[in-house]
Amino acid sequence: MSTNAQKSDEIFEFVTFFSGGQSFSIDISQVREIRRWGPFTPVPHATVGVLGVMNLRGSVIPIYDLAARLGLASTAENPRNVIVVVIHGDQTLGLLVESVSEIMSISSNAIQTTPDMRNDAGPQAISGLINTEAGMTQIIDLDIIIRNKGSAPA
Amino acid sequence: MSTMNSIRDTFFEECEDLLAALSDGFAAMQSSTHDSETVNAVFRAVHSIKGGAGAFHLADLVSFAHRFETVLDELRASRLELTPDLMFVLLRSADHLTVLVEAARDEVEIEAAITESFLASLDACLGETDSDTKDSGENFSFSAVQLDIIGFDADDSVNHANRFTITFAPTSTLFANGHDPAFLFEALSDLGNLAVEMDLSELPEWENFDPSVPFMKWSLLLETNQDEAAIRGVFEFVDGLCALTVTALLEDAAPILEEPSASMENASLPDGEHAVKTSAPPLEEAGGPKKSAAPSDQHGPKPTLRVDLDRVDRLINAVGELIINQAMISQRVGEMALSTDSDVVNYVEDYRLLARDIQEAVMAIRAQPVKPLFQRMSRIVREAADATGKKAQMISFGEEIEVDKTVIERLADPLTHMIRNAVDHGLEDVDTRIAAGKDPSGTIRLSAAHRSGRVIISIKDDGAGLNRQKILGIAKTKGLVPQDIDLPDAEIDALLFLPGFSTASKISNLSGRGVGLDVVRTAVMALGGRVAIMSTPGLGTEFTISLPLTLAVMDGMVVSVGNQTMVAPIASILETMRPAKEELHMGPNGQYLSVRGKFVPIVDVADSLGFPTKHSENESPLLLLVENENQSQCALIVDEVHDQRQVVIKGLEHNYATVSGVSAATVLGNGQIALILDLDAIAFQRGFTAEPMTETATTAPGA
Repeated sequence: MSTNAQKSDEIFEFVTFFSGGQSFSIDISQVREIRRWGPFTPVPHATVGVLGVMNLRGSVIPIYDLAARLGLASTAENPRNVIVVVIHGDQTLGLLVESVSEIMSISSNAIQTTPDMRNDAGPQAISGLINTEAGMTQIIDLDIIIRNKGSAPA
Repeated sequence: MSTMNSIRDTFFEECEDLLAALSDGFAAMQSSTHDSETVNAVFRAVHSIKGGAGAFHLADLVSFAHRFETVLDELRASRLELTPDLMFVLLRSADHLTVLVEAARDEVEIEAAITESFLASLDACLGETDSDTKDSGENFSFSAVQLDIIGFDADDSVNHANRFTITFAPTSTLFANGHDPAFLFEALSDLGNLAVEMDLSELPEWENFDPSVPFMKWSLLLETNQDEAAIRGVFEFVDGLCALTVTALLEDAAPILEEPSASMENASLPDGEHAVKTSAPPLEEAGGPKKSAAPSDQHGPKPTLRVDLDRVDRLINAVGELIINQAMISQRVGEMALSTDSDVVNYVEDYRLLARDIQEAVMAIRAQPVKPLFQRMSRIVREAADATGKKAQMISFGEEIEVDKTVIERLADPLTHMIRNAVDHGLEDVDTRIAAGKDPSGTIRLSAAHRSGRVIISIKDDGAGLNRQKILGIAKTKGLVPQDIDLPDAEIDALLFLPGFSTASKISNLSGRGVGLDVVRTAVMALGGRVAIMSTPGLGTEFTISLPLTLAVMDGMVVSVGNQTMVAPIASILETMRPAKEELHMGPNGQYLSVRGKFVPIVDVADSLGFPTKHSENESPLLLLVENENQSQCALIVDEVHDQRQVVIKGLEHNYATVSGVSAATVLGNGQIALILDLDAIAFQRGFTAEPMTETATTAPGA
């Protein structure tokens, strides 16, 4: 996404959703479908934010609690929660979020780089910021979300 | 570009088949069960590889195959005798040909010196006079050759040389289609001696000259021992694009070529005592395959179809879904509690059987015999024996056993390693063997067999057996086991599989490259298999690899563990039991179960997976008794056992990561995912004989 963002005045579509009380977004080309909350199977020795695996038409896909992966409070169990099924590289995975809000079209030059908040040299899970009418939405870098499944969240 | 790549892929696929045919032929020749057709088949294989390689400008491969073919040609014409020494060279050369093909495929360079040494030994077979064959193939100039007139056979092919006059008048379409008469003539000259004359009589006046209309005609004169069909074969691709006549001249017609005597004698070899090799090998080799191609097609293998693996995998996936769907329907129908004679129940049962049939048929598509793999291994044995200066031969059994293609592919590396180990560490050197009263040449016995739904591959050497004192000593030195420990033999043997263990006291060329048996074990375990060692001092060591028949389905026992439904592979379960209180004993490291006088450790599955355990030590647990390949047993606590069924294996690695204690997942009848337990890891991960536990899901895929 960051490479895409370098091209100016191109229009991108983002799916935005709420998780942990904040707004996040993902490039629509990465979103495969949005599913109702369903039962999943816990995985042993899983790290924080990995809820387990579920059956997506015969494929086994892992479900990540987005808020917990980002270091926010874990998403409370609620039948209104939804799972955003995303494709990252050749992997398919589900992100548990509170709700999906909208699909918005954004010119690439409206995407701001994430300001340095901390003296953190490590990779950041947010690859960019978009100013919206309702405030701000943060573009998620899936790479960071699914990295280090065995250790603390990035 | 992609078309070229796919043609290239096809070439290398064909090379595999051809090398297998080569290997088959040599095996027959080695066991003296061959006939002339065997030698022909071997020759054809090498020739086809050479031909294909030429099309892709694989110069190294072409030149080596060419020399190899020359020797085989001599053998085919009975000018060389098949001695054990020659057989040795041929086998080595076939190995090197395989290496060259692989190198060409992977686009790596092979050191010229290695090829040179093989070429030299091939040349040695041909005798000294053939040093000038090196430049054959590049040019067709004939060098002076001594002819052994005494050995001259009146029946020689020189007297059978046929002479043909050929007239050839191309149409403009021939040129438009990209053909070039020069190449055709070149191909003709491979058949024998060719004289070419161009007929320019139709050359128009300059003002009438139309460059797009061909006006050239050729008349050619060919002396060959091939028949007319071979000549017409050369023109096969320009059929209809030219006016062609081929006329045979009578045998007694005077030679018309300008320098007939010298070149003809060169072109066909007298069948003398001294096999004299001229620089004109194309004469016979170009004709050979053409003549024999037709009959070989008739008694060739059964017709097969090359199918893109992706398509097969899509089919297999769909069948997997079908099995799951069938399980769901069965479950729902079962819940309806219909009477057993109702139509629906019967249909559902038929559906189950059908689905299973389809699944077995589809799995059979992916199944392939282990034969090519074993053939590669016999080459490894030879290479390893050469490198270590030992004598070794390989005998194989059960080559026809079929295993999933993926299993075969992924087994190649571990098997290679074990074979090298067997030669390098297993077998003694020649002197030691003689001193021990053994056959100086060691034997590696590689076998495959079916056993209770699994494939067992065994690698057995007749060497000295494991030196257990030394193994234990090394393990202690390396801090792999406590210093004061004394272990039973089986557990000492199992130490070999620990990471960082290597018995080689000197780093040899072969094994001891820092890759140990633990890598072998990891690779085999990744296939759902297990490795075991059996060793008898003085008699040898046997490694046994046990593998699932397919990677796609397995028979599982559905159990409950820590509130989760999970599947335990039936293959590893000996029995299920709920023991009486008296059979349970407390030890310092946990509970033990006494099974028929033997104490077996008890492991709580939920606990080892990090799930809440329901089991209290006061009540008698439900146990699965499991055994690994080293005959170690362990009892695993589960909460409940539900039923047995066939489950479709779904990998966790692709979308997630490897999870210790879990080998894969499956979809249950209710659509839920159930994890498939890795009983071996759970049961034997404690204690030091245990598996190196993969770090808990640290490997992020794609990271």
